[in-house]
Amino acid sequence: MKIEELVLQAERNRRRLIDVVYAAHAGHIGGDLSCLNVLTALYYDVMNVSPDKVKDPDRDRFVLSKGHCVEALYVTLESKGFMAPGVLDTLGQYGSILSGHPTIEVSGIEVNTGALGHGLSIGVGMSIAAKMDSRPYRTYVLMGDGEQGEGSIYEAAMAAGHYHLDNLVAIIDRNHLQISGNTEDVMALDDIQERWSAFGWDVIRMNGDDMADVVRTFGDIDYSCGKPHLLISETTKGKGISFMENKASWHHGVPTAEQHSMAVEEITDRIKELEKRIS
Amino acid sequence: MKACRKSFTDELLVKAREDKDIVVVTTDARGSVTLTDFAEELPAQFVECGIAEQNAVGIASGLVHSGKKVFACGPACFYVARSLEQVKVDMAYSENPVKILGVSGGVAYGALGATHHSLHDIAVLRTFPGMNIVLPSDARMTRKLVDILIDYPCPTYVRVGRAGVPDVYENDDFDFAPGKAVKLLEGNDLTIIAAGETVYHALQAGRLLAAEGIKARVLDMSWIKPCDEQAVLDAARETSRIITVEEHSRFGGLGAMVAEILAENPVPLKIVGIPDENVVHGTSPEIFHHYGFDAEGIVKTAKNFVNSRN
Repeated sequence: MKIEELVLQAERNRRRLIDVVYAAHAGHIGGDLSCLNVLTALYYDVMNVSPDKVKDPDRDRFVLSKGHCVEALYVTLESKGFMAPGVLDTLGQYGSILSGHPTIEVSGIEVNTGALGHGLSIGVGMSIAAKMDSRPYRTYVLMGDGEQGEGSIYEAAMAAGHYHLDNLVAIIDRNHLQISGNTEDVMALDDIQERWSAFGWDVIRMNGDDMADVVRTFGDIDYSCGKPHLLISETTKGKGISFMENKASWHHGVPTAEQHSMAVEEITDRIKELEKRIS
Repeated sequence: MKACRKSFTDELLVKAREDKDIVVVTTDARGSVTLTDFAEELPAQFVECGIAEQNAVGIASGLVHSGKKVFACGPACFYVARSLEQVKVDMAYSENPVKILGVSGGVAYGALGATHHSLHDIAVLRTFPGMNIVLPSDARMTRKLVDILIDYPCPTYVRVGRAGVPDVYENDDFDFAPGKAVKLLEGNDLTIIAAGETVYHALQAGRLLAAEGIKARVLDMSWIKPCDEQAVLDAARETSRIITVEEHSRFGGLGAMVAEILAENPVPLKIVGIPDENVVHGTSPEIFHHYGFDAEGIVKTAKNFVNSRN
């Protein structure tokens, strides 16, 4: 897909996301919005996945370690046809198969996550299995920046470096805000590049708000360098809805009817403009 | 006398030679688990994680998800405490059939103290949906257990001790299956239900009691979860008194499980386990004796119980 088409898809997913969170009266919309570009790039451009081969042993694996941002994953999977129409509208309802964190009840979701600091270890296991069996698939693990406080992540980081897992890509959604405020005030982590380099990782910074940079960065990964890859994806919490951007209160805020209308208007305007430009 | 951990790893090595999908994950514990031979002979099926149990359970889960048959092996005390959330989420909630081999469980580390004891594991793991719990009672049962577990579809926790244990079973001619107790002695005066290393002592106690005219039924309840409820109900109906003996806290373990089953069909029950206190310092046999887990203690409890007329 061309960059403009990916941007349009991300905006359409953003449009769906605001409706889903508004209807469910729940969600982690700030972090959903900051990682939506990366999810769109992964599912539409980078990864070898599709709804008709969810059990294919050679499919790429994706693990949403920052599981609280599941709404962004749900809308992405829905747009790709992994989820039947209507299922996502049951989010937050009694008896729904959907949970507020990733659930394997949904086709295309590989593992249950939601307790922070688990995903990378699972990704390491998947990557070791690929090496053992000489399979070509790659594993992508998306983490939060606040999540970097969990010690188990560094156990996994050590192991991935030790086993030279160049088929593993971890992404940190570096939006600089966690539930209590600025990450640097809660528990400083601005040295993540040095930390991960020290564990033997190939560390790359990218502008996660810029689809062109996201696609270029994933495309430039050297999967035979003998090192696991960490993409520090610099993003904006609440990206794409002006009144939500860079506000920790939107970590799990739910828009009012008025805010929902404002958000829809903003996104719809951008979608119309993109559609006009592409056609 | 063979240690269950050695019986486990010997059988696992035999099976892993034929099945390349069998993978062992460990945490700087190849010596204490007795995996040195496995690591040397099958290095491609061996994943060392260093001292990092959370990561080990996560990696094991990722490997199983990718089609491997994984045994995560190390000291029981750490796997059911440090990595408990990974066991809860990545194994149980995710229905991921990782097998954990927890060695030196219970009070097997003896005088090393409470940091190294695991006396809460049954209580905690029983509450995780779908989780299986097995405390095999001797080397022969352990070997049979390995054969069952390789393709067993449920997440499973196995706890064994450290030292050699006397044979409970003189040969392989006994039925051992998931969720089934094994009746070791028949009797109708009372039933002694045990699991893991206390089974041998319960059996000895049953024989000593028989010599004094008290006929005890002895059940090996090593496959603790799922539990053989019918064996418990039969014991309640046919023997009218039950003693449980476990190398575990009195709270939430084998005794509590039996009590839950008996709640609707009550008969007098004595739970022999660790009371609400820090465990006395001593070797494993000394601790067993202190809390009445050995044959002498079980006989004493049984006689008092039978004579109490309650």
